[in-house]
Amino acid sequence: MSDATTTKATGGLLGWVDARFPLTKMWNEHIAEYYAPKNFNFWYYFGSLALIVLVNQLLTGIWLTMNYNPSAEGAFASVEYIMRDVEWGWLIRYMHSTGASAFFVVVYLHMFRALMYGSYQKPRELIWIFGMIIYLLLMAEAFMGYLLPWGQMSFWGAQVIISLFGAIPGVGEQLALWIRGDYNISGVTLNRFFALHVVALPLALVGLVVFHILALHEVGSNNPDGVDIKKNKDASGKPKDGIPFHPYYTVKDTFGLGVFLIFFAAVVFFAPEMGGLFLEPPNFEPANPLQTPEHIAPVWYFTAFYSVLRAVPDKFGGVVLMGLAIFMLFLLPWIDRGKVRSIRYRGLGHKIALGLFAAAFVILSYLGLKAPSDIIVGLTVTLWAQIWTAVYFGFFVFLYVYTAFGFERTKPVPERVTD
Amino acid sequence: MSQEGANKSRRRFLTGAVSVVGGAGAAAVAVPFLAYWNPSATTRAAGAPVEVDTSTLEPGQRVDTSWRGQPVWVIRRSEKAIENLNELEPQLRDPNSDVESQQPAYARNIHRSIDPEFLVVVPICTHLGCIPSFMPQPGSLSADWLGGFFCPCHGSRFDMAGRVYSGVPAPTNLPIPPYRMAEDGLIVIGEDEEAA
Amino acid sequence: MKKTALALLLLLASGVAFGAGGYADLMKARVDVSDEASLQRGAALFTNLCISCHSAKYVRWNALPDALGVSMEMVEDNLIYGSYQEGNMMRAAMREADAERWFGAAAPDLSLTARSRGADWVYTYLNSFYRDPDASSGWNNTLLVNSSMPHVMWTLQGVPEAKFEEVGDEIQVAGIRVPEQQAGMLSEEEFHQATRDITNFMAFLAEPVRAKRQEIGVWVIGFLVIFTFLAYLLKREYWRDIH
Repeated sequence: MSDATTTKATGGLLGWVDARFPLTKMWNEHIAEYYAPKNFNFWYYFGSLALIVLVNQLLTGIWLTMNYNPSAEGAFASVEYIMRDVEWGWLIRYMHSTGASAFFVVVYLHMFRALMYGSYQKPRELIWIFGMIIYLLLMAEAFMGYLLPWGQMSFWGAQVIISLFGAIPGVGEQLALWIRGDYNISGVTLNRFFALHVVALPLALVGLVVFHILALHEVGSNNPDGVDIKKNKDASGKPKDGIPFHPYYTVKDTFGLGVFLIFFAAVVFFAPEMGGLFLEPPNFEPANPLQTPEHIAPVWYFTAFYSVLRAVPDKFGGVVLMGLAIFMLFLLPWIDRGKVRSIRYRGLGHKIALGLFAAAFVILSYLGLKAPSDIIVGLTVTLWAQIWTAVYFGFFVFLYVYTAFGFERTKPVPERVTD
Repeated sequence: MSQEGANKSRRRFLTGAVSVVGGAGAAAVAVPFLAYWNPSATTRAAGAPVEVDTSTLEPGQRVDTSWRGQPVWVIRRSEKAIENLNELEPQLRDPNSDVESQQPAYARNIHRSIDPEFLVVVPICTHLGCIPSFMPQPGSLSADWLGGFFCPCHGSRFDMAGRVYSGVPAPTNLPIPPYRMAEDGLIVIGEDEEAA
Repeated sequence: MKKTALALLLLLASGVAFGAGGYADLMKARVDVSDEASLQRGAALFTNLCISCHSAKYVRWNALPDALGVSMEMVEDNLIYGSYQEGNMMRAAMREADAERWFGAAAPDLSLTARSRGADWVYTYLNSFYRDPDASSGWNNTLLVNSSMPHVMWTLQGVPEAKFEEVGDEIQVAGIRVPEQQAGMLSEEEFHQATRDITNFMAFLAEPVRAKRQEIGVWVIGFLVIFTFLAYLLKREYWRDIH
């Protein structure tokens, strides 16, 4: 039926399907005959893990909607109903709430990998852009999802974020009103966030993940040496440093999945609140529009940007800078003019700068959890946030100057991958 | 990269082991997702037994209630209606309630009840789930009608004990829920008669 | 790079430790929701003292037997005052309207307090009442100043008096002590135990599945360790081709 040189199976059900749908072809193209560099290290687990977490979120999310009630009157009680009365509801809910945080852990490590090994550089700019859009959508998804339990933090977190839009001169207040659909956050807001959280954004996310992977498989994976493995091919046209994704990386990722699940299960079963980081204590009180909790902090994965926002004394200025903090990442492929990808062969200046950048992100995240007036080592949180915001933006300025004007002294990049 | 030194049988064994253990894990994860669909504690609490007071019910009258979201009718049959039950046998599909799923053991008798006078029945037509009309008056449906239930959807007919007539679409008798007769004319629906 | 990764993880971990903070100087409740005896005592105190005003409206009475290790009959006979219908929630005896008239506000629902405030907070709160002739209820609380809740356990603890001291312009409570002549039925240690039992019971109310999830977690992680070990062997076997 089908040609033996293109597909292994020639008869039976698979042959029947292959004559009508490119099943074997797709399997080969993306898995069995997708040649990935053989020197992937620890940092290369997080892409496949992100995919697994996405599946977890989709499945548990669908199950949660079966018993969730998207109304101001019923939302909080329906979450408690799931936690207490529905069989195994607590597990599904903890898997979803832990999954949200795990998603960001995995995605941040995945992004840091790209920064270290120059995976955003030519020809992978579009992979990076798709990835950044996924990250933006993920933030929107997480933000809207956090409103749904309708606890105190849900309400006041949404209040703070939506009023950021109010800072835009001229149209701001109108815009915030339009987003809420009410004069204050209410069941109306909850309903539209629910619709976006469970239908629109997941659809867009899945679509973009497909684009992200298609773009990756078009140009091929980068690696810790930043070497282009397609330059060295054997007689049959396969890259000498490449190995088929299946079985080598499927078995490796299975092992990675096991390790990840141990950590994931440890949180789900022993610390679902993660000390108040994954599930914040005030969110166990129903939303009360008349009383603000003593201390509002966004969930940990937003606090770096929240710190940037608070570092600026002007409301609109803070919003602009926060937006810029995310937008700069989009521009990274064009800010970095370096010809060498991997941090292994780049100049010392870049190594230090990237280290400081990562430190800035972590420290800003930490500062975002604290009250602005808290004192740490003699300085207020606000002052610290200003210092590290400067470092954060300094990275991009430095990177451009360092690479565009020839300051960077790189080491020679090997012809072949090294380990 | 070469597979020449590969220990094929070890590879097969380990692949099998990971697949089996992983598959068992996946199956275990499926359990919470499936069990999630079971009636919740709230639903089960709402399905608790209900009590019906029959002390003021006159012969020929009916009280409606619901148990577990389904309608339940409690009917007090007149003496004439009870007598009529004995005459109908040849016209019925299952006069002796041989289909065990349709009633508890203590209602497997001609009048399909604990006390011949009181019928407790779930009035949901066994054909396609319509609620039949209650027509206790003889002759009210046709000249030879001895009283019973008539389903307007597809014309199924049942007698005053909920027994289905032959030659109608409904396959079995109307279901009798578990119930018990408590003191003072109280009927508790949803709780079985203990040691009859 | 490994060092960077390690430093990142350490920083994240320290963030976790710091992020957990909140109230300073809380007493440690050290809850253990698998301690059935403590839960039973806590349930008895809770249903005696708390539920006349406070509800735990998300909790079903029939969730208690499993956790307390007793039968539903025992719960019905010993813990539930008034009539009980299958599946009822733990409702307060007092109506909300009455509460608002008598105390100014309805007593908060206690289903989730041990989670929203934390068990240590609950435990400290219960140990922070003192006599205050100026307050309308005759009682005050150092943790929640001007709390409208009276000290319902004074027969147990006795009547605690506060010692005041001046800090700048303000007068603050420096400590609480039960004078000997005002002692209650319980010694200080016994009262700590009693309040710890209540806190423990409230931790159970806040998350009834807590003990069970930890129990399941051990099995799940055990299973995952085996799976990961096998996956590691499989990976190593295949990667012989490459190395």
